[in-house]
Amino acid sequence: MSWALVFEQLLNGLQYGVMLFLMAAGLTLVFGIMNLVNLAHGSLYMVGAYLAAAATQWTGNYLLGVALGLAGTLVVGMAVEVTALRTLYERDHLDQVLATFGLILFFNELIAIVWGRAPLYSSLPPWLQGHIKLFAGSTYPVYRAAVIVVGLLVAALLWYVVTRTRLGMLIRAGASNREMIGALGINIKLLYTLVFGLGAALAGLAGMMQAPILTVQIGMGENILILAFVIIVIGGIGSIRGAFLAAIFVGLIDTLGRAFLPDLLRKILSSAAASTAAPALSSMLIYLLMAIVLVVRPEGLFPANRR
Amino acid sequence: MADPLLRVERLVRRFGGILATDNLSLDVISGELHAIIGPNGAGKTTLISQLTGQLLPNSGTIHFAGQDITRLPAWRRSALGLARSFQITSLLPDFTASDNVALAAQAHDGHSFRFWGSARGEQHLRQAAQSALARVGLADRADTLVSKLSHGEQRELELAVALATKPQLLLLDEPMAGLGTTESARMVKLLQELRREVTIVLVEHDMEAVFALADRITVLVYGRVIASDVPAAIRGNEEVRRAYLGDQHVVTRHG
Amino acid sequence: MIASLNARNSIAALVVAGLLLLPLYTSISGNVFVLTLFTRIVIFALAAASLNLIMGYGGMMSFGHAAYLGIGGYAVGILSSEGIGSGFIQWPVALLASALFALVIGALSLRTRGVYFIMITLAFAQMAYYVASGLAPYGGDDGLTIYKRSDFGGLINLSNRVQFYYLCLGCLFGGIYLIWRIVNSRFGMVVQGLRSNEQRMQAIGFPAKRYRLVCFVIAGTMCGLAGALLANNTDFVSPAVMYWTRSGDLMVMVILGGMGSLFGPVLGTIVYLLLEEALSQVTEYWALIMGPLLLLIVLFGRGGIMGLLGRLSRG
Repeated sequence: MSWALVFEQLLNGLQYGVMLFLMAAGLTLVFGIMNLVNLAHGSLYMVGAYLAAAATQWTGNYLLGVALGLAGTLVVGMAVEVTALRTLYERDHLDQVLATFGLILFFNELIAIVWGRAPLYSSLPPWLQGHIKLFAGSTYPVYRAAVIVVGLLVAALLWYVVTRTRLGMLIRAGASNREMIGALGINIKLLYTLVFGLGAALAGLAGMMQAPILTVQIGMGENILILAFVIIVIGGIGSIRGAFLAAIFVGLIDTLGRAFLPDLLRKILSSAAASTAAPALSSMLIYLLMAIVLVVRPEGLFPANRR
Repeated sequence: MADPLLRVERLVRRFGGILATDNLSLDVISGELHAIIGPNGAGKTTLISQLTGQLLPNSGTIHFAGQDITRLPAWRRSALGLARSFQITSLLPDFTASDNVALAAQAHDGHSFRFWGSARGEQHLRQAAQSALARVGLADRADTLVSKLSHGEQRELELAVALATKPQLLLLDEPMAGLGTTESARMVKLLQELRREVTIVLVEHDMEAVFALADRITVLVYGRVIASDVPAAIRGNEEVRRAYLGDQHVVTRHG
Repeated sequence: MIASLNARNSIAALVVAGLLLLPLYTSISGNVFVLTLFTRIVIFALAAASLNLIMGYGGMMSFGHAAYLGIGGYAVGILSSEGIGSGFIQWPVALLASALFALVIGALSLRTRGVYFIMITLAFAQMAYYVASGLAPYGGDDGLTIYKRSDFGGLINLSNRVQFYYLCLGCLFGGIYLIWRIVNSRFGMVVQGLRSNEQRMQAIGFPAKRYRLVCFVIAGTMCGLAGALLANNTDFVSPAVMYWTRSGDLMVMVILGGMGSLFGPVLGTIVYLLLEEALSQVTEYWALIMGPLLLLIVLFGRGGIMGLLGRLSRG
């Protein structure tokens, strides 16, 4: 187990965590502010990936593809909010869960009609391929490094907007007192649509960033969605800071666990037992973490409100 | 003199920056009817909630019948003989009045991990429910759904439910809130009867009722006790007058 | 229970009669497909009924109930592949495993409320899915074929379609009868009271978590039985049966039929699975219609089918 390997996996964990944060941030914003549980958030992740891949193929330019994909996801998100989700704000969470569950089915089929059921492969432009040199002779893929950088930048931008700008103040205020905001002359409906659009864009960005690493296929958002919810539970609902810290933590644990747990197990158990147990145990790690948090601090590790 | 039934010592409860209960100490003697009054925002319901376990204090202690109950969960306090009626009516809306009371009786009739027999068929529970309902004057409304009862009837039902748990101490949080004149009078008469059987702590805004019923009155302002004495003394207390009795519906400035 | 002749009871009676007489129809018409279809429907109705116990009566919105279908199924599958083919061993193991899982998951999940509870149960079920996917010796992602159905000696032959159907039907009716008794018992009163107003129930002296947990375990165990039946029905078990969208399907069946009604889950399952079957004949993209349909049902279908029938009876 070389240090280079450990460092590489740490970076992978960070990259995964940053991507998870983008998903979780959108989810916690929408849930914290509009009190809406949106299972279709994973579908927006998928839509972002598909739109970006298609736009890149169509224009032949990666960056243009990403920009179009983001814009497209933003539009799709706001359209969904205006047509389908407005009636759900007043409903209880179970209704929201079921209604957005229906949206997932719908989106999956829609994508299948447009792009078919076979996975898409998104390619990278030459300037994002290759490796960069790190210390001790180890290298790291350029693309993954780029994902980390972009993700951290977006996180910083998000933090700035939410805590330092007037829009962010409105967003946070909207969570606590809708009528008051409305009375101040601010259009709550528009605010909610924008927030939802923001969340959708974040999800779409996560999707298109992850696309070259995994594949672009139907249902790709569903696994990520659950992880995002686990992160929100661990981090505390409505808390961007909590989502960030929890996402990084979860990303690291999952990646490091998958990378090193099999070897660790082989030292303790027999090789056959270790091969069986390792993948199962690695998958379980995150849920075990969530279980521990639930037992020790049910309101999350960094809750937004202090009661 | 015997130990007080309920002893509250230096109770503190904060909500963020707000000090809702401010080093509150209070004694309730067994057999008395002890009223707690104070302007809106004085922390009366917060106090009740800490006594019954819906809220936990930040510091301080609560002793009931000699036992430290400060951190006990609500259901355990009920088992010890502490019963509560809620300021904002809290009943089971999709059950009948009789069901509501019978459940309260059931809670104090052994365990409920019985999966086979019919609960509604247990005659002794139904009869206990019926007699509790009769006491508060709701005998003929026994089979009505709670959601169909009038507000006044629901307040009376709250009392019946509390009684069915055979309490030693009854904590009533504004039982007369929203009642008309006749209903209020009926409630006062009922409390006059009940005080002979059970110790009562009564939170109320209705000053006539309070002075008619109370053996002792504690006055709360901004989470602190500013006076705790017999009604005559309270009536004559300058500080109380300034803080509260002048106009009972207005929150006056800090005495 | 069934005292008056009205829309709800009439439909229920008709459905029961129909289910009982189905094998007669299929043996006359020779349409075996209908028998296997309805065997599957009956098994899922049992699963839905168990979910209705915690959701409809108990107010616990569990989004991870399909996990028990998998646990029951894998108990049968794993034991079968290890050479233990006797149903007398397999099925109790299935029930016990389901109960234990429900106990652990319930104890942890019931520390949360509302949407947290929904998502936590969802996450734990996904965990079960991933664990099953990782079980390489038992097929992993590809699933596990069951070469011989559970053996019950001379008592009953599960390979005989008609006998198996009646076994499943017996389990369904038995399960519903059990639920009926539970719901009307002291325990059931407490659980329903907790759904109605937990604060009030705690105030009169009921420790909420305890009762909820026991209810959760009962429901999980019942669904584990459905899982064992399902594995026998398909001669196959795979992680896919536990995927979270299957839990969503179960929830829809319960809500469609009418939450908190005894017979609702049966009606809901029949309608849902028949609709799915019919739509998939029409188009490959049936989910495109199913999805928005779900949305509409949630938004406008108060009380499900049983609720609708109830309103019809009142006129």
